[in-house]
Amino acid sequence: MAHMPHTAATPAHHYLNDGYGIRSWLLTRDHKRIALLYLAGITFFFFVGGAFAVLIRLELATPAGDLVSDETYNKLFTMHGVMMIFFFLIPAIPAVLGNFLVPIMIGAKDLAFPKLNLASWYIYMIGGLFTLYALVNGGVDTGWTFYTPFSTVSSTTNVIPTALGIFITGFSSILTGLNFIVTLHKMRAPGMTWFRMPLFLWSMYATSLINVLATPVLAITLALIAVERLAHFGFFDPRVGGDPVLFQHLFWFYSHPAVYIMVLPAMGVISELVAAGCRRTIYGYRFVAFASLAIAVLSFLVWGHHMFVAGESVYSALIFAILSFLVAIPSAVKVFNWTATMYRGSVSWETPMLYAYGFIGLFTIGGLTGLFLASLGVDVHVTDTYFIVAHFHYIMVGGTIMAYLGGLHFWWPKISGRLYNEALAKISAGIIFIGFNLTFFPQFVLGYLGMPRRYHAYPPEFQVLNVLSSAGASILGVGYLIPMVYLMWSLRYGRLAGSNPWGAVGLEWMTTSPPPTENFEKVPVVTWEPYDYPAAHVAEQRLA
Amino acid sequence: MPDTALAHQFEDLDQQREVATLGMWVFLVTELLFFGGLFLTYSVYRGWYPEDFAAASHELIVWAGTLNTVVLITSSLTMVLAVHAAEGGHRRALILFLLATMALGCVFLSVKAFEYRTEYLEHHIPGWGFQFKADHFLHAQIFFSLYFVMTGLHALHMINGLGVMAVMVWLSYRGTITPAYSNPIEISGLYWHFVDIIWIFLFPLLYLIGRHVH
Repeated sequence: MAHMPHTAATPAHHYLNDGYGIRSWLLTRDHKRIALLYLAGITFFFFVGGAFAVLIRLELATPAGDLVSDETYNKLFTMHGVMMIFFFLIPAIPAVLGNFLVPIMIGAKDLAFPKLNLASWYIYMIGGLFTLYALVNGGVDTGWTFYTPFSTVSSTTNVIPTALGIFITGFSSILTGLNFIVTLHKMRAPGMTWFRMPLFLWSMYATSLINVLATPVLAITLALIAVERLAHFGFFDPRVGGDPVLFQHLFWFYSHPAVYIMVLPAMGVISELVAAGCRRTIYGYRFVAFASLAIAVLSFLVWGHHMFVAGESVYSALIFAILSFLVAIPSAVKVFNWTATMYRGSVSWETPMLYAYGFIGLFTIGGLTGLFLASLGVDVHVTDTYFIVAHFHYIMVGGTIMAYLGGLHFWWPKISGRLYNEALAKISAGIIFIGFNLTFFPQFVLGYLGMPRRYHAYPPEFQVLNVLSSAGASILGVGYLIPMVYLMWSLRYGRLAGSNPWGAVGLEWMTTSPPPTENFEKVPVVTWEPYDYPAAHVAEQRLA
Repeated sequence: MPDTALAHQFEDLDQQREVATLGMWVFLVTELLFFGGLFLTYSVYRGWYPEDFAAASHELIVWAGTLNTVVLITSSLTMVLAVHAAEGGHRRALILFLLATMALGCVFLSVKAFEYRTEYLEHHIPGWGFQFKADHFLHAQIFFSLYFVMTGLHALHMINGLGVMAVMVWLSYRGTITPAYSNPIEISGLYWHFVDIIWIFLFPLLYLIGRHVH
């Protein structure tokens, strides 16, 4: 990614200087400003969730349960999961990068429903603060999965406020998904056909479909839990003939697709980073595009693999195992196509690409260990051990957070109009990669050796691996803090980016950095194919 | 905001109309899945406990449910007529049909309230001193839990619909709705019909199936 000469100064009018007062932010309908509002909210909840992780790893540094009581520990891992999943991982890429980029990438002035978009942010914040209230007011100890009958009958903690917070925030996901679907169908600029869209948009579309179809099922399930707890109605209570396993079916019908709500946007980001980092068209564009849709469809058919040990019939377990294996196909299509895109290319070693390399490696490990877990025999051995914990952190942290940070670095010059310190960025990308692996690889071993998850004490022979993991977590934490510093610093002191610092193609690089409120001076007319990289040097002249 | 308001993000009114309509359809898909969780739960337990469900279903007031079905279907008719009036620019008729739709919605909710009161007096509310014939006592609680949540969620949607209709009456009265900009009436109508259709499924599931057993 050779830097283009900086001919462009900061434009006279852009979305950041279009009004300065607090009202111009809190009542904005500009998708770019709303993206920044989300960025603030999501970063806040990320560090709240991270604080719980710090306490968990501190407790696990010694075999005895000495730092916190077992009850407190239950609350810690529950709140870590709830905060990270519902308030960081699910909204992170769609609500920040998607909000900023979806209209620009299709040459539109805004999303289809700008007011609804602002409302989504408020809904998200209200849900988040509600959950935060539940946590300072005593916490909740059910695990993020709210399994019945513990959550409805036994637990004495704040189940209802937490569930209500998640219920509310769910509508934010639904409305954002609705907004993206309608925008991608109806707001594309002249000439921007479906197969000229960047792959990021295909993954946003697939994600939005899952948001719209799966989130309401979680909402109604949480509502049933609240009613059962509050009014003593019977839905899942075995005392009146209800079935707790039915709750698990309903819960995972949302929560397995939710994994793809978290990782599909990440895959979309990686497609953009790899194309720009190799200055090439993505190998097999249509395969990668359809793989996103295939993952979205398959995601609805595999929820039963969370319940292999929950009293599922042998036959349905067998079918769910086979269907789970099928998800590996579109996922592998993507990994192979990214790799093929890099093959014999002159690949870049700048920060966004470092995150892309990290993603591909870690996602592959996370995905392959997922196949272990889809195999019935292996799954029974490692269910509810640290093997599971390591597996999903490789996907969620190694996959989604890597891609989120890579995307944030890649589009930061567009968002802020400034360049960050490349040396610091590379160092912190390296720290994150090392810290991540040191934290979570030992957990694969721990799980295979039989250490169960969700316990605050463990036998002394597991201490070495746990200390390694805790040490890695502290390195990872430092790695996350450094970008906070240099990205904020760049807002004021960074060099001006110019409209296309990476020499990348795509409509977002054809407007100024930062873009004007209306995104483009005039509506662009698209006459070229996606990622037509040999023509990259004319990107800025195309709209002139 | 001018009368035929074109929001800044659109090129023309056609695009705006298409966007609003598609947005409502996508929203209704979400709503369908929202009720879907309840329909699934109902189906599972109905399959497990058919006799208890039939016995519990027998306690509901069939004539009230039937009356409400007729009322709701009629309200869908007045809703369609309102959309027709909006497209033709007949403001007076538009307002009258919207008010008729709202009136029918209120009748529905009143009948529903009467039914809830009856169930309360007969001690059919689970968790509140529930009473039922001993041989069906346990599983009838699941039936009534589902009955109250399904019809309650539906009633909340009706109340929501009444609010939407009130706004539509206000917009029509102010003259914002014109033949060129009748889309708000149309998509509010989509929502109203959807809530109606949900009831068309709730009525046989809760009131009718299995009555012949007793």
